[in-house]
Amino acid sequence: MSEHLQTGIEFARAGKGLSDETLRKIDEAIARYPSKQSALLPALWLAQKEQGFCSLEAQAQVADKIGVSPAFVAGVVSFYTMYHTKPVGRHVVDICTTVSCWLRGADELVQHVEDRLGIKVGETTRDGRITLRTVECLGSCGTAPMCQIDDDYHENLTFDAADRVLDGLR
Amino acid sequence: MAALTEKVLTRNIGLDDQHDIDAAVGRGAYSRLATALKLAPEAIVEEVKKSGLRGRGGAGFPTGLKWTFMPKETTKPRYLVVNADESEPGTFKDRMLMERDPHMCLEGMIISAYAMKASLIFIYIRGEFVLGWKRLDQAIAAARAKGYLGRNILGSGYDVDIILHRGAGAYICGEETALMESLEGKRGYPRLKPPFPATFGVYGNPTTINNVETLACVSFIVERGADWFAGIGREKNTGPKLYCLSGHVARPGVYETETGIPFRTLFEEHAGGLLDRKRTLKAVIPGGSSAPVMTAAECDDLPMDFDSLAAKGSMLGSAGVMIMDDSVCMVRALARVLKFYAHESCGQCTPCRIGSDWIYRIVKRIEDGGGTPGDLETLFSVCDGMVGKTICVFADAAALPARSFVNKFRHEFTDHISMKGCPMTRTARV
Repeated sequence: MSEHLQTGIEFARAGKGLSDETLRKIDEAIARYPSKQSALLPALWLAQKEQGFCSLEAQAQVADKIGVSPAFVAGVVSFYTMYHTKPVGRHVVDICTTVSCWLRGADELVQHVEDRLGIKVGETTRDGRITLRTVECLGSCGTAPMCQIDDDYHENLTFDAADRVLDGLR
Repeated sequence: MAALTEKVLTRNIGLDDQHDIDAAVGRGAYSRLATALKLAPEAIVEEVKKSGLRGRGGAGFPTGLKWTFMPKETTKPRYLVVNADESEPGTFKDRMLMERDPHMCLEGMIISAYAMKASLIFIYIRGEFVLGWKRLDQAIAAARAKGYLGRNILGSGYDVDIILHRGAGAYICGEETALMESLEGKRGYPRLKPPFPATFGVYGNPTTINNVETLACVSFIVERGADWFAGIGREKNTGPKLYCLSGHVARPGVYETETGIPFRTLFEEHAGGLLDRKRTLKAVIPGGSSAPVMTAAECDDLPMDFDSLAAKGSMLGSAGVMIMDDSVCMVRALARVLKFYAHESCGQCTPCRIGSDWIYRIVKRIEDGGGTPGDLETLFSVCDGMVGKTICVFADAAALPARSFVNKFRHEFTDHISMKGCPMTRTARV
């Protein structure tokens, strides 16, 4: 084992690491591919599912499993918008603001949601309930404006419909 | 050349149980796979070539020809990669197909893999499409259990399996070589070409990458023949086509028609015309936001196909047709388009990394009232420094729309600069 991997493991031990269950699922993901490294994105998804974000500790453990350096993993994590590098709220609200949604009032929707939640884009409510973000095209242009909350799309949003969805988040 | 008189790809889209394998099989799913497995792989490639099918992902490259680039003799495994990273702004057809009719998608993939003698299929689906991912995951397991996938498919002796791979949010991973890098567990940086994927693809093995809609068409070419497919649409622009209408349109959504339907027919008869009838049509982005914008007059009765749009200096791309009425400030619209590219540039090539952000900031400054008379000259100069000077065509996809907006609506840009702000009132614009 190379030196940087050892460092990564030590780093992982210092903080909150991934559960044995998640590590086992990462091994399963690795087994599915002809090449170990192809399991990097799936492994990061599993890490984020457990911790809510990709902590440095988790990244180091993933690096060890995949056989790359923690720095390489960090480079991959930072490339993709869906991996969080810091803790986020219990729910992440991503409002699409790209052209078709913009034409159908996405800017006004963002303003309304900011007012409703009392936070700005990029912030998390004080109770840790909701992180609000704006994102680029989610491929739901025919049902604009829309947002993604965690795994689900909410389409054809009016202010009222958005309020109902937001109020239902615990 | 004929109009499309029935639904083909979308005929079961409205049904609520079509993702269930028994329901899908009851409506004919995998019957075309059985037909295909009785044919020689080369015969299917020949049929696809004859059909005139062109890639539905954006480039419009002839699918059958692409398949022939795969090496005839090789000791390496061959791969089919399905590009399900649908991310081009204005495009939402593949998502619908995968969520609503995943078995139709899988059937086309398996037939195509057989035609190319591929031993493994990768589906790269964008990370945001969670429902589509779940539906495909279930569909793959169900197809495997029923013997449509895996070893000795339907007793044919042909083996192929599918690995479903989820992306994590990056527009550039829709570019085929960036997609392969991402699939290999790296940042999604496009590769220099050549070598092309057919000779050096995933893990350096021969690989063909096709779009979801493209592969779905293959099933029906096998079922009904190349002549049927080639008889729909226009010369060299054949077959059924999915058009995505969005923006200021009365009935936004996906419409399946013949390739090359005139814009007016698509817009008025199918999608119901403008959202607000009191307004007038101002501009159309015909093929996703990377396609140069067109004025209402330019579109009119123009056939919405690869060659007709290319002849007008734009492109069909992924057929994401975005409609803008006369309430839209074109400077603001361009700023909105360019913000996307500034955000999504992967940063690998300097002209794109710097240029996509630079042109966004110039246009944003003009919209905000800080424009100066030299700004448009600078904008064009930066665009010149981007087009054709990078590893992939992302830079062109940002610069060409920028040029088109300024060239076609120049007075709006000069008015903004001379009046130090947007001449349209707050209430009149979007």
